[in-house]
Amino acid sequence: MRRCARVGEVMAIRTKPDPQSYTFDGFGSGRYPNLMLRGAGELENWQLRTYEQKHEGYVALRKALKMEPSAVTAEVKTSGIRGRGGAGFPTGLKWTFMPKDIEDRKLTRYVVCNADEGEPGTFKDRAIMEYNPHQLIEGLVIAGWAMGCKLGFIYVRGEFKWLVDKLDAALQQAREAGYLGRDILGSGFDFDILTYRGAGAYICGEETALLNSLEGRRGEPRVKPPFPAVKGAFGQPTTVNNVETLAAMPPILRMGGDEYAKLGTPGNTGTRIFGLSGHVKRPGLYELPLGLPLDFILNDLGGGSSTGRKIKAIIPGGASAPMWDASAFDCPMDFDTVKARGSMAGSGGIIAMDESTCMVQATLRLLRFYAHESCGQCTPCREGCNWVTKILTRIEAGQGREEDLPLLESLVPRINMRTLCPLGDAACGPLESALRLFRPEFEHHIRQKTCLVTGTPLLASLGAH
Amino acid sequence: MKENTEKGNTVLVNIDGREVAATVGSSLLDAALAAGIHIPHICHDPRLTPTGACRLCLVEIEGERGFQTSCTRTVAQGMKVRTQTEGVRASRKNTLELLLSEHCVDCLTCDKDGDCLLQDYSYEYQADKARFPNVAPAAGEPNYTTESFALEYDPSKCVRCQKCVRYCQEVQMAEAITMANRGGSIEVSTGIGISLNESSCELCGGCVNVCPTSALYDKQAKGLGRSKDLKKVRTTCTYCGVGCQMDFNVNPKTNRIVRVTSEVGCIPNNGSLCVKGKYAFDFVHSPERLTTPLIKENGEFREATWDEALALVGKRMTEIRDQHGPDAIAFLSSSRCTNEENYLMQKLARTAGRTNNIDQCATTCHGPSVAGLGESLGSGAMTNAIVEIEDVQTLFLIGANPTEAHPIVGLAMKKALRKGAKLVVCDPRDTWMAKRADIHIKHKPGTDNMLINAMMGYIIEKNLHDPKFVEERCENYPAFLENLKGYTIEKAAEECGVPAHLIREAAEMYAKGTPSSIFYTLGITEHSCGTNNVRNLANLAMLTGQIGKRSSGINPLRGQNNVQGACDMGAMHMALSGYQKVTDPAVRAKFEAAWGVTLPTNVGGRVTDFMEHAGEGKLKAFYCFGEDPIRSEPNSTKLAEDMAKIDFLVSQEIFMTETAKLADVILPATCFAEKDGTFANTERRIQRVRKAVDAPGQARPDWQIISQVATAMGYPMSYNDPGEIYDEMAALSPNFAGINYERIDKVGIQWPCPTKEHPGTPFLHAGRFTRGLGLFQAIPHTPPVEVPDAEYPMILSTGRTLFNYNIANMTRKTAAIEHKQPENFVEVHRDDAAAIGIKNGDMVKVETRRGSLVVKAHVARKVRPGMIWMAFHHEESNTNLLTNDAFDTTTRTGEYKACSARISKP
Repeated sequence: MRRCARVGEVMAIRTKPDPQSYTFDGFGSGRYPNLMLRGAGELENWQLRTYEQKHEGYVALRKALKMEPSAVTAEVKTSGIRGRGGAGFPTGLKWTFMPKDIEDRKLTRYVVCNADEGEPGTFKDRAIMEYNPHQLIEGLVIAGWAMGCKLGFIYVRGEFKWLVDKLDAALQQAREAGYLGRDILGSGFDFDILTYRGAGAYICGEETALLNSLEGRRGEPRVKPPFPAVKGAFGQPTTVNNVETLAAMPPILRMGGDEYAKLGTPGNTGTRIFGLSGHVKRPGLYELPLGLPLDFILNDLGGGSSTGRKIKAIIPGGASAPMWDASAFDCPMDFDTVKARGSMAGSGGIIAMDESTCMVQATLRLLRFYAHESCGQCTPCREGCNWVTKILTRIEAGQGREEDLPLLESLVPRINMRTLCPLGDAACGPLESALRLFRPEFEHHIRQKTCLVTGTPLLASLGAH
Repeated sequence: MKENTEKGNTVLVNIDGREVAATVGSSLLDAALAAGIHIPHICHDPRLTPTGACRLCLVEIEGERGFQTSCTRTVAQGMKVRTQTEGVRASRKNTLELLLSEHCVDCLTCDKDGDCLLQDYSYEYQADKARFPNVAPAAGEPNYTTESFALEYDPSKCVRCQKCVRYCQEVQMAEAITMANRGGSIEVSTGIGISLNESSCELCGGCVNVCPTSALYDKQAKGLGRSKDLKKVRTTCTYCGVGCQMDFNVNPKTNRIVRVTSEVGCIPNNGSLCVKGKYAFDFVHSPERLTTPLIKENGEFREATWDEALALVGKRMTEIRDQHGPDAIAFLSSSRCTNEENYLMQKLARTAGRTNNIDQCATTCHGPSVAGLGESLGSGAMTNAIVEIEDVQTLFLIGANPTEAHPIVGLAMKKALRKGAKLVVCDPRDTWMAKRADIHIKHKPGTDNMLINAMMGYIIEKNLHDPKFVEERCENYPAFLENLKGYTIEKAAEECGVPAHLIREAAEMYAKGTPSSIFYTLGITEHSCGTNNVRNLANLAMLTGQIGKRSSGINPLRGQNNVQGACDMGAMHMALSGYQKVTDPAVRAKFEAAWGVTLPTNVGGRVTDFMEHAGEGKLKAFYCFGEDPIRSEPNSTKLAEDMAKIDFLVSQEIFMTETAKLADVILPATCFAEKDGTFANTERRIQRVRKAVDAPGQARPDWQIISQVATAMGYPMSYNDPGEIYDEMAALSPNFAGINYERIDKVGIQWPCPTKEHPGTPFLHAGRFTRGLGLFQAIPHTPPVEVPDAEYPMILSTGRTLFNYNIANMTRKTAAIEHKQPENFVEVHRDDAAAIGIKNGDMVKVETRRGSLVVKAHVARKVRPGMIWMAFHHEESNTNLLTNDAFDTTTRTGEYKACSARISKP
């Protein structure tokens, strides 16, 4: 059967560790030194001795344990780092939401690492866990010290089975070396980390659904408030941080918050790992300071289009981020500017689509993902995503009706900001932007029953995708 | 306006331009609903943690971006809310249209037509079901309910609000059902798709009751009436003593109870029911009901007219009374029947019968509570209200299994646990509560006083008692203290067979709780030392001052719907209504004046005395009303032989019971669904019972029958309705004088309630014990009458389970219950089972000195090694053939909880 485009290729994510296929360095020659991907690509890089010998391993922890916990948090605040999971919330501020007073120190509290990396187009956390698990562990211990926790969890995406094994091995090394467990480095601080493997649900990347899953419940988001810092895992105060955020803690502590804040731009400090994929010559992971322009990443680093055709659309921050057309490729890649330009920096996954891409099919592919990953708890997301997918499917199959586009457009504001958790909003990002930017393609599908991009006639093949 | 705000615990919220006062901490939705402002909502239930899932209750809050779900928002002072803006309404309409795409709109044949939230809201918002055409899963596919006789899940009607799942997890804590799959394919299922009957489902029907559509419905009610065809009759449940308020949904055209519901907010059950309250009413319409009077001639029953039967009863009872004196006749009243009928029954005994031989089944169960607490504190009832349970800090359960025997009290305790209460359970079995207890003392049956004495000794040793309370409010402390000397923790640990540290920890946890409360049932009372057990629990409460305040006291959970009331009404030999002593001259004068007779002076006896006298040939006539002693009293074989010696036996019944089979005359009566009256529940709350359906055949209300019998015996009685009887009783009984039908029309009142202005008494003994000073008593430990020996090396204990009720001639008429618990069983510890070579599910022979039964073995570690446990629900396998007819020395209550037994391969 003939399909109208090769979108499947664009969305492909490799699920096995394959060092050869990544590009790990930033712009080479030490101009943008890696802070989190040091040594990435070397399969033995994960070992404790490598981390200690080559990458200043656990130096930051020694430093942190000599500081007051509040001073560590202050350092993180000074660094200006914002969460790398998607929302870009200032990490230092988040840490201060945990109960502070002496009385409450009696409360059991937890720090949880969100390693449920499920956002399509995003593959950075797995690289950190693959090559630098000790940096994550060190970051988590520092976070535990700063927030007075005795136990941390790393909630790992279910498909990353081999990474759980690797993390467990690294944790054991850390325990044996005295970086974890009772009386860490003679400081009197007890802290341990447990890994927990998810069961394969995108929704468990949402922090409250993650906590439900961690507790052994069905992975469904909880109502906020109460926020996790008040009532999180097992009913106790909890902070959930992304892998990349926690892995940034050792460099921040080593360099000092002030130095770290000099990277990037004011308000958008530090480096982050961009995952470049799609129709580019050199897809891969690039750790870069925030604020570099998108076309620099696309062309100078990524080598431009891999097909020779022009790049038509970009998803700038993981599948949930609204798409851009070429008019936005000059945008500096930081949290605030990307937001001002109508999208979101999200998880740093940049997906490039060239002119041969049928945006109807691309949108359908994305929305089908959200419909499948909806937990089903709230009506607009459960049935809304379902219906958007159904309508897109019939448009894609040449059975679209003239009233379908107004219907889709009417659904967007009924789903966006109306759902229990951000999954509904995430589904609306690609949908709304595709309808806005590439409306003629949808209209062509409906009116001409052919694909505008490829010119191929559409077959009435509902659901055959 | 300002100065009125934030007074006490309320804040002012502006909703649609109206100032609404709301309790601090309540949700915006609850505040709006309470103020009569209608906001649509499907996933909301005040008993559940809000999830904000249906998204129908969206509102706009001034100063906030977007829309907010009002169910998840807490009210705040000065909040300005708009519930009907164009945007909000459009959003709700769209949400409804999405819901309609997953709900098969099938109102023409739907039971729920007229009582469906989705239907109501769709109409209100004129939702277009064609906008998103129906994609509901097909109905009729097999699912987890296919094999159930109680309920059915139809995914094509399900709007995925998850209320059923949340109710099952949060309120009932049965965790039987969950959501399966994800996204648009989610549906309700058991965890791994097993049949509901095999799951941990407790058949409470909560999932059905909370369902906003008819995705979950009562299977037996299908097609018997749409909601709009049915009238709801509010009444009080006829099973255990919790006194749940429920609504019979009656189809007047067919004179049939179609289903049972309950309303959120009602006291004491807040809309929750248990399996019995929800499903065990098939008996009402059972073809086995007695419908005409029967007279036995030549060993066979023949149908008779009422006139004939009443005349015969009147003639024979008077003859025997006159010939053999007042002790030759006895009346057994019924704690299953109303207050009015119990009052009449004891009046019948004392007027027409001229005897104090009147009793009811409290002797079988909580006689020791009435006697023991009456002696120690001055009042033999539960000291606290059920609504107070959720605020108890330390629950001390001894010999009680509330999640099975008093399930709705169990729910209140579960709520307390969710709020962080500590839990101590002393029970020889791993009950639901025991498994979740902070401390579980799994002591040997019959060692309660050893345990309690040791605990009290330790409390005093650690100075955890309340000397001020003891000094100011109690008496006889020195004698009590002296007695404790012999009871060390170590000795108790050995005798009870539990680790010493558990006893210490339990004592500390109870004494330190703020507040603590004791709950007990028949595990305490049904011993030969039953009354002593009760007295000692009173000692424990007084010693620590854990009594006489809100959420703190000593609470016997009464086992039958109106056993409290039957005692209150004076259906016992030593007291008239309101616990007024028959020996008190002033009381006698009052009743004699009112009744126009001279009250009898014989001492009278209890039901166990009657049976003994029957065996000795001294009891000649016996009037048995709504009881089946042959099934419910210990050592049934001997009892049946004794009863057969009675010359004239009258049975006033709804079914042909074992006792009725021996009767000379059977008078067919109405059940609680067919008459008016009142019940008093375990927390002393007098509540209305209302007629829902007409009685079958010629069956008459018990109060009419009793009046007619009295008249036939020469003491004319005539009442127009039960209210008249109640008023006569209240005028004679100060405890109830302030209560009348009008006052308890909506919510029952807890006695004492001496005047019409009195609000009733939620907890007893505030500031002063009813008795004056609390009486400490020195209680020795005495072992059960029968202790294990070489011949019978095990201890047999008996009790009630969740699914059936006592002798189960009512509950077993329901198919779903019979499906869940079809046969008698014995719980055996796996070590004991291994010793005789049986495994779970095998048949095993249980023998005592009185009889033997072959029943199915439930092998696990639920009971202690050396102990076996049986229920007494199954007529064809009557456990009371085995139990010991040894009795409590004070109240003559049978020792059902401990006798010697042995097991073997059959």
